[in-house]
Amino acid sequence: MNTRTSYSESAPMPVKVHRRAPGMRDLARRSLKRHWQLYLLIILPVAYFIIFKYIPMFNAVLAFKDYNVIEGIWGSPWVGTKYFELFFENPAFATLIKNTLIISFYSLAVGFPIPILLALALNEVRSRRFKKTVQMITYAPYFISTVVMVSMLMLFLSPRLGIINLIGNALGFDSVNFLGDTGMFRTIYVFSDVWQSMGYSAVIYLAALAGVDPSLYEAAKVDGASRFQKILNVDIPGIMPAAVIILILSVGNIMALGFEKMYLMQNPLNLPVSEIIATYVYKVGLLNANYSFATAVGLFNSVINLVLLIVVNSIAKRVSTTSLW
Amino acid sequence: MSAIKGDGVSQSAAFRRGIRESRSDRIFLGLTYLILTVVLIIALYPLVYILSSSISSPAAVASGRVWLWPVEISFDGYRAVFQNDQVLMGYANSLFYAVFGTLISVSLTIMIAYPLSKKTFFGRGPLMIFITFTMLFSGGLIPTYLVVKELGMIDTRWALLIPNAIWVWQVIIARTFFQSSIPDELSEAAEIDGCSDMRFITSVIIPLSKPIIAVLSLMYAVGQWNAYFDALIYLKTQSLYPLQLILRSVLILGNGSSVDAADMIKQQQLAELMKYSLIVVASLPVLIIYPFVQRYFVQGMLIGSVKG
Repeated sequence: MNTRTSYSESAPMPVKVHRRAPGMRDLARRSLKRHWQLYLLIILPVAYFIIFKYIPMFNAVLAFKDYNVIEGIWGSPWVGTKYFELFFENPAFATLIKNTLIISFYSLAVGFPIPILLALALNEVRSRRFKKTVQMITYAPYFISTVVMVSMLMLFLSPRLGIINLIGNALGFDSVNFLGDTGMFRTIYVFSDVWQSMGYSAVIYLAALAGVDPSLYEAAKVDGASRFQKILNVDIPGIMPAAVIILILSVGNIMALGFEKMYLMQNPLNLPVSEIIATYVYKVGLLNANYSFATAVGLFNSVINLVLLIVVNSIAKRVSTTSLW
Repeated sequence: MSAIKGDGVSQSAAFRRGIRESRSDRIFLGLTYLILTVVLIIALYPLVYILSSSISSPAAVASGRVWLWPVEISFDGYRAVFQNDQVLMGYANSLFYAVFGTLISVSLTIMIAYPLSKKTFFGRGPLMIFITFTMLFSGGLIPTYLVVKELGMIDTRWALLIPNAIWVWQVIIARTFFQSSIPDELSEAAEIDGCSDMRFITSVIIPLSKPIIAVLSLMYAVGQWNAYFDALIYLKTQSLYPLQLILRSVLILGNGSSVDAADMIKQQQLAELMKYSLIVVASLPVLIIYPFVQRYFVQGMLIGSVKG
């Protein structure tokens, strides 16, 4: 039966009734009948999204309540914006926002252009083997776990045995406790990130470059363009759409600075510059069990993030043809 | 600057031989090679250093004599790693989480991605929005934690397998693959022959999707292997800890060796060396398969980046 439905639509109707285009409900009913097995299939994944993504969103009302274990989230009494006010008046507030923003922008300023430059440079290379080697080696650190990455930093930068300090000592410098130095911390965080992800991030640009119309290069050659001019006028426009998308995503996520690496890199000495919103939420919420307050801080962060993403995307829509949605 | 050297060459001849490069272009290219070589060294050096240290003697590592190649080759570090019960247990746990986590994740991802790829599947637009919205907004750490707690998953293995089972990005990759490489005619023909959707998935889609299943599996497996955050917040019992959490306590918090007073210096040296060996042992599974699977990773990224 259901195999025919898609064909009978186009067949002329014998009855003289002017049927309108099938309405939503018809379509739904037909699809349900035809694909009932697929609807069964999505039940589990949809349940996953409801339980682990959407229920937490509703649970975030906790930010406006005084959490009480016995009453549960919905039974706990409302307290309005008490916890938000508490957060805004907290002396930690300004520091958290400042630390989060500075490291994010620093990461963006360094981490956005470097993969582009790497891809442009690799694109100039004519030896396939050299290109493949560089690509493979720069991509490899991406697969190192955060824990190992931070351990490596600690080993390399150790004041006593770290290779960096040993080289420094040999050159006559005193040992520096890099990870405890508030002035160095951000640079270490950002550049170790670049080390780990530049090869990975360059892949998308290399693909964009591979997709550039070869006739453009021919034309540039005939017009006598130098290599540098070719990069400026052919390569860069070629990777522009990819770059815009990645920039939107990065700017939109500026407040969503990750927990994992920062938390591991923290020590009492660098805390004034390394405490960010994500690590603060973890400490206040899970370690001190101050659920409502931590939820308020987290919610504040999520909302700002969403707004940022929408704003950046609409700006991108206006100034260029590329946008996320 | 940009003038082509050898203007006398006629256009067609220039095309045959390729237009000769100017001096400044050759310098530019030379600089590019130089910079890439420096980048290559910067990327490679830390990896070589860790590997070399891990097979040097405890004394050489502790006195900082290793800087590039191994000094006084010894495998004491590895011996210490493989005699450490905590590490072995973490290793076994991580294997468990990687295997079963990947199995669950890949199945769930395909279950949602395939219907989303079908044009005749009513409601796929709203469903897609329903899923991608979770990339833009989340309830946050505590509300999620409370759900996991409510489900009784805290301090069980489930906590590492279920709460982060589906990555939206992977769903998008899989859906794009199904859309672009499985022609509509195929499923229509199967439908006319009376093949149900389920049967079509098991006997046509799965066999045709081996590359994408490989990509999904590898990405989920590497993700599981390298993750520590969920274990940190959801697990309390040491015997459930994945390797990364053990690494954290040994490498970062320094809770590694039980120091025997009589042999303290030697023990300390060994503890220092063990860090290097441990890093190698923990990263090896991923780095060994990496050269073979790099192609798939790149493919996966590219499939996902095509706007569907």
